[in-house]
Amino acid sequence: MKTMAANSLLICFIVAHMTTSLKPRPNSLGELFNTFSMLAIQGFGGVLAFIERELVEKKKWMTREEFVEEWAIARTMPGPPALNLCIMVGAKHFGWRGALVSLAGMFMYPTILILTLAIAYAHFGNQPQIVDALRGMGAVAAGMIGATGLKLLSALKTNPLGVKVCAILVILSFVGIAILQWRLLYVLIVLGGIGYVLAFLKLKEQA
Amino acid sequence: MNETLTLAMLWTDWFNLFKHFASISVASVGGPLVLLPEIHHFLVDKQNWLTDAQFSASIVIAQASPGPNVMFVALMGWNIGLNAGGFGWAAFSALICMAGILLPSSVLIFFTARWVQKNQDLRAVRAFKLGLSPVVISMMVAAGWLLATANTEGVRDWPLWLLAAVTAAIVYRTKLHMLLLLAIGAVLGASGLLVGD
Repeated sequence: MKTMAANSLLICFIVAHMTTSLKPRPNSLGELFNTFSMLAIQGFGGVLAFIERELVEKKKWMTREEFVEEWAIARTMPGPPALNLCIMVGAKHFGWRGALVSLAGMFMYPTILILTLAIAYAHFGNQPQIVDALRGMGAVAAGMIGATGLKLLSALKTNPLGVKVCAILVILSFVGIAILQWRLLYVLIVLGGIGYVLAFLKLKEQA
Repeated sequence: MNETLTLAMLWTDWFNLFKHFASISVASVGGPLVLLPEIHHFLVDKQNWLTDAQFSASIVIAQASPGPNVMFVALMGWNIGLNAGGFGWAAFSALICMAGILLPSSVLIFFTARWVQKNQDLRAVRAFKLGLSPVVISMMVAAGWLLATANTEGVRDWPLWLLAAVTAAIVYRTKLHMLLLLAIGAVLGASGLLVGD
């Protein structure tokens, strides 16, 4: 009897261990660097949509829920949110080396490209076709960011605040920013503050 | 860039340039783009290190090229360096501007990330992540909305809005490569199809 209990405990332990170690993660600093440099080179109009697709949907280093939780911190701290996120991902897997490597990956190709573009722009920047092409790309980039946000909404289903409270906070924030043009910082402090307090109380209740 | 600037930058000036970006770095919640008015005030109006045309071009080019949006800071630095001498100074100046804008916030997020990871089971940490999620996700959707409607002059720009909406639907529903979508946007734009009347 005793051995059976011990055995099942052992099996539980092994299974638990396997599931944690089976979760995909970057195997090396090189992989981290390549991942971020490859998505940076694609990231026209911002890299965020590409980070989500690569890390969550393709490589599965994090779930959509984990992405949202990390994003909550990356977005509220000072600094470019997408870079904050990539520092967090790097630091999580490889400490300060990971953070540095992720940042370096993010900047390597864009630095080379952007200087080339700066020189080209001085020559061709005023051509109407270039201006129109950039406007077209801008509209696509806007759609990409919006869609990424919409996709992440599904992560709120498991939020302890409940779907109703989440929906109210989402709608209020959207109307405030997009329609009424409130300052982002105030929205973050006031509506984010309300969300924080409600979540804190809810977690206390559940404990 | 019709007007040109020629600068004689002293070491104290370079230091002030670095200091300017370093000091606004910790105030850049949401990214450095929110600080554009302050940056414009300092670089263009107060110090006169950069022309208005160079300021705008730096933003346009950074938006048009792949990579983090914060690259516009490097381009502003680059242009200031060009005004001060040549490519050597431009590279140096781009570097100190980027170091200024990135160092403080990056160090801060690094130690925050470590602390958060160590204390991820604290109720305050859980509540912060979960409680702010709805707001920060909504901000992302709103950013898409604002980008789609910025630089459009009302109803006659409906083709741009339509393009943004169709893109959003495609990215939401399918795994179609986003670079392809960007290329389509560029072609549609260049062919003049997006100009409403």
